[in-house]
Amino acid sequence: MARTEPGPSDDEQAADDQADDDQRASRVSRWNTDDRAAARKGVAVGLAAAAYGISYGALAVAAGLDVWQTCVMSLLMFTGGSQFALVGIIATGGVAAGPAAIASAAILGIRNGVYGIRVAPIIGAGRWRRFAAAWVTIDESSAVATTQPTLRSQRIGFWVAAFSVFIGWNLTSLVGALIGNALGDVRVYGLDAAAAAAFLGLLWPRLRQVQTIAVAAAAAVIAAATTPVLIPGLPVLVAGIVAIIVGGFNWFVSPDPQPEPPGIPT
Amino acid sequence: MTLWLIVIIASLACLSLKIAGYLVPPSLLEKPTPARIANLLTVALLAALIAVQTLGSGNRIVFDARLPALAVAALLLKLRVPFIVVVIAAAAVAALIRAVF
Repeated sequence: MARTEPGPSDDEQAADDQADDDQRASRVSRWNTDDRAAARKGVAVGLAAAAYGISYGALAVAAGLDVWQTCVMSLLMFTGGSQFALVGIIATGGVAAGPAAIASAAILGIRNGVYGIRVAPIIGAGRWRRFAAAWVTIDESSAVATTQPTLRSQRIGFWVAAFSVFIGWNLTSLVGALIGNALGDVRVYGLDAAAAAAFLGLLWPRLRQVQTIAVAAAAAVIAAATTPVLIPGLPVLVAGIVAIIVGGFNWFVSPDPQPEPPGIPT
Repeated sequence: MTLWLIVIIASLACLSLKIAGYLVPPSLLEKPTPARIANLLTVALLAALIAVQTLGSGNRIVFDARLPALAVAALLLKLRVPFIVVVIAAAAVAALIRAVF
C-alpha cells in the first residue's frame, strides 16, 4: 500500500490494510483447483442422492411407518441401501418381519464399515470429528473422498459430499413422507440410472491400470451373478473379496504402472 | 416388537458398523499390501454397486432403460463431460426411454 508520508495513524492504517490483504489472500488461496473440483463433485453427488430421498420417504409411509419414524431413520441410520431394504421388508412382512428387516439393514450397512477403514486416515484425528465422520460415512461421501488426488481435496470432497447428502437426504425424506404416493414411480424420472451414473463417474478416473480395471470388471460380474442367489447386500460384499484376493496376491501388475491418485496419505 | 423398536435397533446397528470401521488401527493400512487392498476395495465396491444399481431389481437381474443410460454416461465420461452433466444426462436418457417404450 503506497503511503507518501508515514505517520503514527498511517502506520496503523497500513498494518490494518496489510492484515486485511493477508486475510483475503489466505481465503482465496485456501481452495485450489483440486479442492473446488472435489467440492463440486460433493455437491453433485449430494443432489443425486437427495433426489432418492423422496422415494424413500414415500415408500416408508406406504410400508406403515409414520413420518417421525421415517425421518428418524434418515437422521440416525443415514444410509440409503439399508433404509430401503428395511422399509421394503416391513412393507411386505409387517412388524413380524422386524428381525429380518434389521438383519438386512445391518448386512447392507457392513460396507459402510469397510469404507470407514479406508476413509479414517483421510479424516485424521479427533474423537468427535471421527465420530461425526463415521456417522456420515456412506457410499457417496466415501466414493468422493477416495477418488481425489490430494489429502486436502479428499477431505473437502468427503465433508462437502457428506454435508450435501445429509441435508438433502433428510429434507427430501421428510418431503417424500409428507407427499406420500403423489410422486408415483421415481423410475419415470430416471433417478435410478442417475445414481448408477454418479457411481460410474466417481470410479472412472481410477480405471487406468490393468489391475484396477480387472478388479472392477470382476467385481461387477460377481455382484451381478450373485444377485439372484444371495440376499440383498451380500453380492456387493462378496464382490469385495475380489479386491482382497487380487490385492493380496498382487496380480495383474503392469510392467510400467502409471501413478494412481494417492489413496492413503503417508 | 414394535415399529419404533425396529427403527431404533436397526439404526443403532448401522451406526455401530460405521464406527467400527474407524476403530480399526491405522497402522494396519501403512504396509503396502493392506494399502493396496484398501484401494482396490474402493474400486471393487464401487463397481459392484454400479452393477447392482444398473441391473438389479430386488433379487432379479433386469435389463431395462438403465443399461443404455449407463452406456451414454460412459461415453460422456470418455468425452470428459462434466460430472453433473453426465448424471443428469443418464437420468434424462432413462426417463426418455421409459416414456417412449
